[in-house]
Amino acid sequence: MHPAFSVIFLTTLIGAGQGLFIALFLVESLGLLGMAPMQNGTFFALGILASLILLGLGLFASFFHLGRPERAWRTATKWRTSWLSREVIVLPAFMGVVFLYGLAHWLNFNPTLFTLPGDRAVLATVALGAAGTLLAVALYVSTAMIYAAVKFLQEWHSPLTVVNYTVLGAASGFTLATAYAAWSGAQLVPVLASIAIVLTLLGLGTRIASLIRNARIKPKSTLQTAIGIKHPRIVQKSQGFMGGSFNTREFFHHKSDGFVRAVKWIFLIAAFAIPTVLLAVSLLMTVDPTSVLIAAALIQYLGLIAERWFFFAQANHPQNLYYQSVS
Amino acid sequence: MTQLALVIDLNVCVGCQACVTSCKEWNTSGEAGPLVDLRPYDADPTGTFFNRVQTFEVGEYPNTETVHFPKSCLHCEEPPCVPVCPTGASYKREEDGIVLVDYDKCIGCKYCSWACPYGVREVDAKRKVMTKCTLCVDRIYDETLPEWDRKPACVRACPTNARLFGDVHDPDSEVSTAIRENGGYQLMPEWGTKPANHYLPRHKTRITVREDELERSDNPLRIDSKLPKPDRDEPSLDDVTSW
Ligand code: SF4
Ligand code: SF4
Repeated sequence: MHPAFSVIFLTTLIGAGQGLFIALFLVESLGLLGMAPMQNGTFFALGILASLILLGLGLFASFFHLGRPERAWRTATKWRTSWLSREVIVLPAFMGVVFLYGLAHWLNFNPTLFTLPGDRAVLATVALGAAGTLLAVALYVSTAMIYAAVKFLQEWHSPLTVVNYTVLGAASGFTLATAYAAWSGAQLVPVLASIAIVLTLLGLGTRIASLIRNARIKPKSTLQTAIGIKHPRIVQKSQGFMGGSFNTREFFHHKSDGFVRAVKWIFLIAAFAIPTVLLAVSLLMTVDPTSVLIAAALIQYLGLIAERWFFFAQANHPQNLYYQSVS
Repeated sequence: MTQLALVIDLNVCVGCQACVTSCKEWNTSGEAGPLVDLRPYDADPTGTFFNRVQTFEVGEYPNTETVHFPKSCLHCEEPPCVPVCPTGASYKREEDGIVLVDYDKCIGCKYCSWACPYGVREVDAKRKVMTKCTLCVDRIYDETLPEWDRKPACVRACPTNARLFGDVHDPDSEVSTAIRENGGYQLMPEWGTKPANHYLPRHKTRITVREDELERSDNPLRIDSKLPKPDRDEPSLDDVTSW
C-alpha cells in the first residue's frame, strides 16, 4: 500500500496521546493508593494539555486524508458495520473525556461522586479517568481494526495488528509521560520509566512476531485466480493504459526493496532499541535526566513514524496483480 | 431477486478498447459529473475510467496465447466494499443488485477501494469522490431510449458481442444460459465475494480423432487389397469382400 503521511501522523500522534493519558491516570491512581507521590492539579492539567495537543494534531492530520473533509460528519453514521466510523465516534468522545479530566484537575474541582462498598470514595477525576482509559483502549482497537478488518491485506488481517497498535501507542505515551515527569520535577521517573521499558520491550516482541508472520504469508490470490486461467505461466502485457491511475498510485509504495528494508531496521532501532537504552540510562542517572528522556521520547516517536510507514508499505494488495505492466 | 450483471466472453474479446471509450464517453457526459482526465496531453497523464481492457500472455513462446481481459466492477453479491464505508455512500441496491456510490455522501476516504480485491474503484481526481462502474444505471432504465438501446454503453459498443448483459438470477436469461452452458466463472473465488459478473473461458474447437477411425471400419484385415476377392459368380458378403 501507499503510505499516506496523513494516516501515519494520525495513528502515531493519537497513539501517543492515548498512552500519555493512560500514564497520567495511572499516576493519579497510584497516588490515591499511596503507592506513588501524589501530584497537584497543575501537573495533571499540563500533561492533559499535551495529550490533547497530540490528539488534536492527529485529528487535524486525518482531514488531509479525505477528499471531501467538509462532509466528515457523515462518517459517524455507519458504526454498525464500519470500524472507520467507530473510530470517528470514539476519537472525539475520548477527547471530550480527556478534556473534562484535565479541566477537573485544573480547577481542583473533585467532588466525591459516590462511595463504593468498603467506604471507598469515587472521585470525579477517578470516574472520568476510568471512562477515559476505557475509551482509550476502545480507540486503539478501532484504529487498528480499520486495518486488521480488511481481509484482502493479509499482512494486516491479524490480531497482532491490534496488539501492536495498542502496545506501541502505549509505549510511546509512557516514554513521553516519563520525560514530562522528569521535566516537571515529579518523583515519578523510576516507576514511569520502568513501565515504558516494559511496554517498549513488549512492543518489540509483538512487532517482531508480526514481522515473522508477514514474512511467511502465502498470497491467497494469484494471477491464475485473478483472471481465471489455469496455466502456470501468465504474464501481463498491458494493464490497459500507459498514463497514471488511482490504482497504480494508491496500492504501491513505489520505493525499492532496499529502501523498505532500511526503514525496517531504522524503526527497530529508533522505536525500540534506542528508547530502551535511554530509559534505562535515566534510571541510573544521578543528575537530572530530563534531556535524555526528551530525546528518548522524540527518537521513539520518529521511529514509530518509520514503523507506520513500513506497516503500510509492507501490505500487498491483491489488486496489484492487475496492474503490473504499463503499455 | 434480480441481480443485473455482465458476462464477458474471453473467447471473442479482441481487445479493441471500444467498450473502454464508450464507457468513458457515456459516463463523463452524464449528470453525475465528469470522469476527469488530468494533464491529458502532457507528460504523466492520469484519468478515471470505470472499465479497463488488459492483455495477458498465457504460456511460453512459441505456445503462447494472448488473452484480452476487460475488467470493471463485478457487482459482487457479497460486496466487501459496502460494509466498510463509514458514510453509507457505498451501497448495493436491493431491487437489481447494482453496487453504487452516492457521490453526494462520499467523503473520499478511499477505504472501500482497499476492501475491493479487484482494483475497480477509482477516486476521481477532480471531484474527490470514489467512482466506479454503475452498470449504466442512468441508461438501462431510461424510457426515452428505445428498448433495444437500454443496455450499458460498453455492451452497445462491443463489435464482437463479447459482452452480454442481463439478470444472472433468472435461469432463463441470456446471461444465465451462457454461464451454464459455456462454463462461466467468477474472478478470485477464494475471497467469497461472489461476483455477479462472470467470464466465459476461451475455448478451441477440436475434434478428437482416434487412430482406428482413420481406417475403414469395413476393413477387418486392415489392408484393402488383401480382402478376399471371390469370383463374380460366387456368393459375396456385404462389407466382407471387396466387391
Ligand atoms: S468488484 Fe469491487 S467494487 Fe465492485 S462490488 Fe465487488 S468488491 Fe465492490
Ligand atoms: S471513499 Fe466514499 S464510498 Fe468509499 S468508503 Fe469512503 S465514503 Fe464510502
